Amino acid sequence: MKCSEFLQELTNYLDGALDERTKAELEDHLAWCHNCYVVCDTTKKTIEIYRDSELYELPDDLRGRLRSAIMAKCQQRKKTQEKI
Amino acid sequence: MSAIQPKIGEPVSEELALVQAAKNGDDSAFEELVKRYDRNVFRIAQHITQNREDAEDVVQDAFLKAYGNLEQFQGQSKFYTWLVRIAVNEALMKLRRRRPERMVSLDEDVKTEEDSVPREIADWSPNPEQLYKQSELKEILSRTIQGLPPSFRTVFVLRDVEGLSTEETAEALGLSIPAVKSRLLRARLQLRERLSRYFQKRESGDGKK
Repeated sequence: MKCSEFLQELTNYLDGALDERTKAELEDHLAWCHNCYVVCDTTKKTIEIYRDSELYELPDDLRGRLRSAIMAKCQQRKKTQEKI
Repeated sequence: MSAIQPKIGEPVSEELALVQAAKNGDDSAFEELVKRYDRNVFRIAQHITQNREDAEDVVQDAFLKAYGNLEQFQGQSKFYTWLVRIAVNEALMKLRRRRPERMVSLDEDVKTEEDSVPREIADWSPNPEQLYKQSELKEILSRTIQGLPPSFRTVFVLRDVEGLSTEETAEALGLSIPAVKSRLLRARLQLRERLSRYFQKRESGDGKK
């Protein structure tokens, strides 16, 4: 397996979406190709860092205000429709 | 190396019961759906628009649109996937309004200079997220993902941050499965490449510039 072929399968490999045979071929490549091992390992870390980052969390006070606004607009919409 | 573990969602049947109750006019059931997904919609919206006020508007507009169109939700997909589709469209509209000079489309399949060929091969520090203060780390992550084309960061955030499956992401974005996989691979590799500048092992050992 060439490094370019490994890269093409990287997403499927990290997502656990490969059949056993292809997975074994990729792991065989990883065992001797240090560059692909590093790329694979750091890509996995990239995903984990973003997943665990709590980037753009909705603060509780804003969350409450948004929910009240949404429900008020829903009520308003319902009333308008009932009139029609 | 083990695969990434998928996030576990709520049971679908319980969610369908809430949707059904909301369709029958039970607003508290709809409010429950808002509570369940408002954080997710906000995150997705802010990742796409890169603007806090726009993200707040998207949360309101998306839920209001969902409320007004509940009858059209037939239950073939998960409610969440349907909601995400609405939210992504609202967010892209905001982005287009803000950047009218640039075409913003999910169909764009951008070829970039740094496409899929890794250049930074240096290994990272064992706990890269501990190299920086929490606020610095967030700034780095935010700036890094902002550099991706909208179509790439949208696929990345749905698959890798929100934990939607490839099929759900394709459905929510109206893309084919191969298109989702191709964008995801390139988004992951480009983010990895850019983060390597911050996280690679350095001889001094502290990882900071």
